Amino acid sequence: MNHHPAAWGQPLTAHQQFDMYSTNPMGMSAPRSAHSHGPVQNTQWPLVTGTSVIGIKYEGGVMLAADNLASYGSLARFRDIERLHALGTHTILGVAGDMSDFQYLKKELDGLLREEETLTLTDAHPPLSPNNLYTFLANLFYARRNKINPLWNACLVGGWDFKKDESFLGYVDLLGTTYTAPTLATGFGAHIAQPLLREAYEAKAGVDLEGRPGADGRLLTAEEAEAVIDDCMKVLYYRDARSINKYQVARVTKDGVSISESKSSETEWMYAEGLRGYGGQTQ
Amino acid sequence: MALFAASAQQEAVAAPIQHRFDPYEDNGGTILSIAGADFSVIAGDTRQSQGYNIQTRYARKVWQLTDKVVLATNGFAADGANFVKKVKQRLEWYENAHQKQMSIKSIARMIQTMLYAKRFFPYYVYNILGGIEEDGTGAVYSFDPVGSYEREACRAAGAAQSLIQPFLDNQIYFRNQTFPADQPKPIPGNLPLGTVLGLVIDSFTSATERHIEVGDGLEMYVVMAKGRAVDDLTSKGALPEGVVVEELGPLGEGGGERTFLVRRTLKRD
Amino acid sequence: MFRNSYDSDNTTFSPQGKLHQVEYALEAVKQGSAAIGLRSKTHAVLLTLKRSTGELATYQKKLIRIDDHVGIAIAGLTSDARVLSNSMRQQAMQSRMLYGRPIPVARIVQTIADKAQNNTQIYGRRPYGVGFLVIGEDETGPHLYEFSPSGTAFEYYAHSIGARSQSAKTYLEKNFESFETSDLPALINHGLSALADTLQQDKHLTTLNTSIAIIGPASAEIEQASSGAARRGYFRVWENDDIDGLLRSWRRSRGEPEDGPQEETAAEAEVAAAGEEAAAAAPAPVAETEQAAGGDDVEMQ
Repeated sequence: MNHHPAAWGQPLTAHQQFDMYSTNPMGMSAPRSAHSHGPVQNTQWPLVTGTSVIGIKYEGGVMLAADNLASYGSLARFRDIERLHALGTHTILGVAGDMSDFQYLKKELDGLLREEETLTLTDAHPPLSPNNLYTFLANLFYARRNKINPLWNACLVGGWDFKKDESFLGYVDLLGTTYTAPTLATGFGAHIAQPLLREAYEAKAGVDLEGRPGADGRLLTAEEAEAVIDDCMKVLYYRDARSINKYQVARVTKDGVSISESKSSETEWMYAEGLRGYGGQTQ
Repeated sequence: MALFAASAQQEAVAAPIQHRFDPYEDNGGTILSIAGADFSVIAGDTRQSQGYNIQTRYARKVWQLTDKVVLATNGFAADGANFVKKVKQRLEWYENAHQKQMSIKSIARMIQTMLYAKRFFPYYVYNILGGIEEDGTGAVYSFDPVGSYEREACRAAGAAQSLIQPFLDNQIYFRNQTFPADQPKPIPGNLPLGTVLGLVIDSFTSATERHIEVGDGLEMYVVMAKGRAVDDLTSKGALPEGVVVEELGPLGEGGGERTFLVRRTLKRD
Repeated sequence: MFRNSYDSDNTTFSPQGKLHQVEYALEAVKQGSAAIGLRSKTHAVLLTLKRSTGELATYQKKLIRIDDHVGIAIAGLTSDARVLSNSMRQQAMQSRMLYGRPIPVARIVQTIADKAQNNTQIYGRRPYGVGFLVIGEDETGPHLYEFSPSGTAFEYYAHSIGARSQSAKTYLEKNFESFETSDLPALINHGLSALADTLQQDKHLTTLNTSIAIIGPASAEIEQASSGAARRGYFRVWENDDIDGLLRSWRRSRGEPEDGPQEETAAEAEVAAAGEEAAAAAPAPVAETEQAAGGDDVEMQ
């Protein structure tokens, strides 16, 4: 639903009426225009999709998490997909949106890194940094949107920046829109997880003008960061119908990338008898 | 008639499948520039948003281009960032070829050309260019997304344009102000720096109160003409509490115009 | 006209295993005036001897900025240098745009070396008639490379190309072991000494014929503090009035008169005397007479 004031009082758009529960693309065929041999049609919507990716900076590193589901509309189609992908030794890519575009991205980036590695063998120059890879991705996404043939994804890039001796965390999406912040989340996570992440981060670090920790603010420890990440993934599983209770957490520190085994949140689905608003009590 | 109505209805149901890719987005925020006699202020907030989501609390919208020119962009952030990148490329080639930086007048014309070149797939960006003219006067040039431009004494653009521009019309252009018979209406573009910075800060704090897409941080670039005293910016107590001033060193040969970055926080709610 | 029948075709080996056109291209480099390059742990510098075609002409620039972190000195055909330096600028900018990374110096040098090599293998083309000294700084520190029309690119501690560069090489070879730990003023003094060795008899380094490029942190004692490039340690060129101080301190370090050799020749003194009457009519000599040091070919610099 679109909650922007501009949409208040307006009838639902045709698409929202048609597919209010996002079952698209199930039971649908390609849009049939009057001219079936019309102009070139590029990607109009994502097909097999991954939901939110979330990320947070912590003391000495950055942490990303994404679940293992790739949906086909409302069908939980693939249940063991890995959406966190290491790029070289100190960068991690987390991808939401179209999974075939993600596979293309992986192929493209891995090829780039292989090429870079061969050059490094001759000149010993350090490899592409997280920031370099992020800039490349932003250019790739923006170039594709300029061709009206987008890669239908929203990505988080996390990494360790040796030049600044701090972690890196950035967002880029199908429009080529980019931004960095100490906590980030894509899609549904931007509504559900981002407030939780910001609250946890700012409670300890505070925030100054440049979105960096305040003067005397310290970052969360790895344990604290993982706790809030786990909490976010649980809430997302409770509230996001396109999620699954099986996710991975990746960390990047000075020492490199590590991606965890898949794990699950402890959930509680009993009737909420004692909870105000759900049980038998009237007040 | 009934047949016609039925088919029209079916059309309405069939149409919704057209779920097309929209290559644009509005990332909110506001920019503002005011010219003085021998300085120019170019400002923008640092919030980047999409609908109700704050994407980041710090994304810059104001960019130093040369020792006397600063550009502010607003609208679709990806277009803005990539447009600035292209402008900077062109400026670097110009400098390589001519061994000098491009003047503000020429940059303004170049920006028009670059915007109009994409007339049929425009950069969804409102640009405001501020700086020092060749004759040493403060200048502001404002653009629409397809390249129409003019030189002005002040301009606000972006989410809170409709809130700020009327205020500037009143305070900078003295619109709807009456002056006594013996006191002529002042000429716009000659206010002292302290007054101008006060207006900029008030504009942004007010816009932050009344517009959800404005806030978080404020960056004001101040470009000073060659030889101008800067104590009205740098001396103790010249600026209100909580405002931080930093001089940005020259990009070129130096020794002429000076650019300062003045920051303060805005409310984050 | 032809030296032998393997001359005209660039891509055919002579029985001695040589590509004659490539060898001639290397000669073109030697006809250009000298360029010196040297580096320390922290800096890389280029020094060049500029030529002018006459008193009414300016001195032709030999130092070209490629990017903030890369610059070149040229010896040979200026027009070929322009084409190649443009290609380097494009490469450098592409790296900045695509990855947000200053291009690693070894890689930008390799791209033009590959271009030059290409010319030696395609029928109907000619090699570039210009050689470069390339200085640059990247994440692996400061570098100095030589690019040559034969398609090679080698890295050096110190090197010289162009007319009479062998004399400079002799100086550099004798002294290079101290360069590594030299500070910027000392490095430049070494460079100027090497450059002076390439001069013809009776010629001297002057503010008009000498130019210096630096990459690395600025040195307050010898550089213009206001320059944005110097403050950031980027590639910057000093010449004309800006190197007067550098030349003076170099002469001082050698125990020579700081003002340099007074070159006012008898002819000039006469002009000066006569000039008082004719001042209104005749244009005064533009500059000290530092004429072409090697050949007089206009496009060889």
